[in-house]
Amino acid sequence: MTGDQVFSSRPASSQKGEPLGGPGCGSPKGHSECKESIEELYSYLDGELTEDKREVIRNHLDKCQPCLDAFDFEDDLRKLISMKCKDHVPDGLKDRVFQAIEVEMNRSCQDSPES
Amino acid sequence: MADQAEFVELAMEYMPSLYTAAMRMTKNPTDAEDLVQETYLKAYRGFSSFEAGTNLKAWLYRILTNTYINMYRARQRRPEETKVPEIEDLYLFKRLGSPSSGLGRSAEDQALDKFTDQDVKLAIESLPEAFRIAVILSDVEGFSYKEIAEITQVPVGTVMSRIHRGRKALQQALHQFGMDRGLVNVGGSL
Repeated sequence: MTGDQVFSSRPASSQKGEPLGGPGCGSPKGHSECKESIEELYSYLDGELTEDKREVIRNHLDKCQPCLDAFDFEDDLRKLISMKCKDHVPDGLKDRVFQAIEVEMNRSCQDSPES
Repeated sequence: MADQAEFVELAMEYMPSLYTAAMRMTKNPTDAEDLVQETYLKAYRGFSSFEAGTNLKAWLYRILTNTYINMYRARQRRPEETKVPEIEDLYLFKRLGSPSSGLGRSAEDQALDKFTDQDVKLAIESLPEAFRIAVILSDVEGFSYKEIAEITQVPVGTVMSRIHRGRKALQQALHQFGMDRGLVNVGGSL
C-alpha cells in the first residue's frame, strides 16, 4: 500500500472482455447469466423489475460472488450519491417564498372573481 | 380539487429537496433560489388544479422541471449537449480496488467513502441536462421510472435509458475527480 489516501485503480484495459463470473458461477450457463444480471442491474436496484425477473437475478446472486459484489457496489454508490448531494436551504428563502405567495394571495383577492 | 389555503402547509416541506434539485439544475445558488421561488408561485397559482390525494411531490417536481427548462434553457448561449458517450457497465467498480474476498468491506466500498459531497455534486452537474435531471430525480429524489416519465414528459423507455447512461457517465466523472485529486492511483496495485 502506498498510503491511506490512495486506493488502487485497476487499469481498464486489463478488464476488457473479462466477464464477471467464472469463479463464482457454478452453472455452465454462468457467464450468460452474469451478463443478463448485469444488464438488469439498475432496473433491479431501482425496484423496476417484475417479481419473476427479480427472482431469477436473486437466484443468480446467491451463487455468484463477483456479481453480488458488483450489485452491492452499485447499491452503495447510489446511496452515496443520494447522501452526498444535499444542499441546505439558504436563510431567507423560505421567507422570500412566503412573501411572494402573500403578494400573490392579496393580488388575487383584489381581482374581481372570474367565472 | 384542493384548497389553496392548504398549499403553504403541504408544499413547504418539500423545499429542501426542491432546492437541492434546483441547485443541480442551475448550478448556482442565485438561480436556484429564483427557480424555487418561481416554482412555488406557479404551484400556488395552479393549486386548484392539483388533485388532492395524488402525488404532490411529483407534481411540484414537474413544475420545477418545466420552469427550469423554460427559464434557463432560453438563455443558454450554447445548446446543451444531448448525448453522453456509451460507457461500459460497472465502470467505477472495475476500476476500484480488488475482487472481494467475501469478508468484510471490500476495497472498492472503502474507496467510495473518499469521495466528498463536492465530488458527487460536480459529477452530477457535469452531465448533460436531460441525463442530469433523470439522475437527480432517480438517485437523489427516489422517484420511480414512471413518475420521472410523468415529471419530464418523456416515455418510460427514454427515462430508463437516460438514468442508466447518466449513471455510467457520472461514474466516469467521479473516477476522473478521484484521479485528479490523487485518490485513485492509476494502474496501481494493492
